[in-house]
Amino acid sequence: MADAMLKVDGLVKRFGGLIATDSLSLDVREGEVHALIGPNGAGKTTLLAQLSGFLRPDAGRIEFAGRDITLLPAAARVRLGLARSFQITSVLRDFTALDNVALAEQARQGHSFRFWRPARADRSLRGPAGVALEAVGLAHRANDAAASLSHGEQRQLEVAMALACDPRLLLLDEPMAGMGPEESARMVDLLRGLRGQRTMLLIEHDMDAVFALADRITVLVYGRAIATGTPAEIRANPEVRTAYLGEAEGG
Amino acid sequence: MGGFLTPLMTWRGRIAAIVLVLLGLLPWYAPWLDAAGIISQKFALTLMTRVLILAIAAVSLNLILGYGGIVSFGHAVYIGLGGYAVGILAHHGITNGFLQFPVAIGLSALFALAIGALSLRTRGVYFIMITLAFAQLLYYVGVGLEAYGGDDGLTINRRSDFAGLLPTRGPDKTVAFYIVSFVVLLLVLGLVHRLVNSRFGMALRGARSNEPRMQALGIATFHYRLTAFVIAGALCGLAGALLANHTEFISPAMMHWTRSGDLIVMVVLGGMGSLLGPVYGAIAFLLLEEFLPGLLRIALTWLHDALVALLGSGAVGTLDAWLRLAEYWQIALGAILILVVLYARGGIDSLLGKARHG
Repeated sequence: MADAMLKVDGLVKRFGGLIATDSLSLDVREGEVHALIGPNGAGKTTLLAQLSGFLRPDAGRIEFAGRDITLLPAAARVRLGLARSFQITSVLRDFTALDNVALAEQARQGHSFRFWRPARADRSLRGPAGVALEAVGLAHRANDAAASLSHGEQRQLEVAMALACDPRLLLLDEPMAGMGPEESARMVDLLRGLRGQRTMLLIEHDMDAVFALADRITVLVYGRAIATGTPAEIRANPEVRTAYLGEAEGG
Repeated sequence: MGGFLTPLMTWRGRIAAIVLVLLGLLPWYAPWLDAAGIISQKFALTLMTRVLILAIAAVSLNLILGYGGIVSFGHAVYIGLGGYAVGILAHHGITNGFLQFPVAIGLSALFALAIGALSLRTRGVYFIMITLAFAQLLYYVGVGLEAYGGDDGLTINRRSDFAGLLPTRGPDKTVAFYIVSFVVLLLVLGLVHRLVNSRFGMALRGARSNEPRMQALGIATFHYRLTAFVIAGALCGLAGALLANHTEFISPAMMHWTRSGDLIVMVVLGGMGSLLGPVYGAIAFLLLEEFLPGLLRIALTWLHDALVALLGSGAVGTLDAWLRLAEYWQIALGAILILVVLYARGGIDSLLGKARHG
């Protein structure tokens, strides 16, 4: 069994009286697709914000590739190989699609304290950015402003940017959010194609997608991880059925 | 890949070229304007030198305001720092420009580093207030510098001396200084152009557009914003050193917060985040400031005479009373600014045609 790439231990996050993350422990193994499911308000996005460094936990420890990253700022985590996509589409709207991905590539290559050469004429940026756009099926929109892309295309761009960071672990916050069935299917194909190449922690509401993609699933309810296991184990888990899946599948 | 001449393919580029050529050739056609009785040569050169210098300051502000989205309300401080560096050194007999200018630029950069390191940790209104507070602090330091004239300021008896390469006195000095200011403006424009299109510039502009996203890409935005803040401060310090030489006078008024406001107005009026916008803004702002009262007086005289002819002199009042209205010319300037903000978001530059992307 592969080692844990990401280890979360006793993580706690409170907002006033509300406990959004409740002594949560979790591990993501190298090479797996690990899905995080749970009803609305279970604290999935809050957890992801802590893992990616956008929120500071009140207690607990996050370890990535054997290193304690609990207090590391977001940008530094990305440089260690921990990249995220956002649930609410977050692209640079006034930049072109290609510019967006080129910026991710630029960040991957190291610092940006290069003051003289025009970045938009830099083949070492444009080349890989074009490849990443191609990979998500956006090559034909490369020179359009990100703001002019459809919702589904912006989600694809979002994933292309996260991929261009060349992360060891990719945190995906509802990549299919707000997508139509066709766009969803394309995204599932895209993520399936990445299996084995990237370790992924995936938050997703679309159960078909989760069960199609995940090697293991963790179920979150009220900030606690109530179960972790293979899709088959999770399906069979009575606690999960009552807390969550029962409602979702019974309907 | 057309290279050097591609900007001339659009009207926007052509107008930019025409404006720069007109500015650059002023010393050669100013005598002709003088002979034609339009405007005195000395007045034209003096006014336009001021325009060039404040355009440099506005271009430097645009680097952080337009490209970085950093609303500094204390940018005139660096004009003051640059000016005082030149003035104080000159006061102590050190007039070597090769020493004065690096000191002016270095001092401004140093203060920008300190002010930026503290204030860039805040956002929005807090950032504006902190930069304003620092600016006021340094303004009152200037007022308190009794040895250097305090509130009244200090006259500079000798301009910066560049090993005799530039005439510092006599009739040639005005023309020479104008040309120097123009060349410096061109160099600053070239520098900012390279900066904003480099990897550094993309990081800076990305941080304006969507800062959390940039951090999620692994770009520590603070460092890039701070670097831009320091570069902008240094370039504005250069403008301050030029301004002190131009007016041969320094005073705390150079860095009063209203001067910082003027710089913001120039950038917004001309076009935030466009390379030449601040230059247009500086030209428009300073020429309006100079000529708007006169134009208003002419317009008011016409209006008055027309109404007198129509209604008789009793009903209209004296011309003097009417002309006093021209003292409120700033109201007209304010109205123009409101119109630009409401209807021409990209400022004067956006009226000249669509920008190529970027």
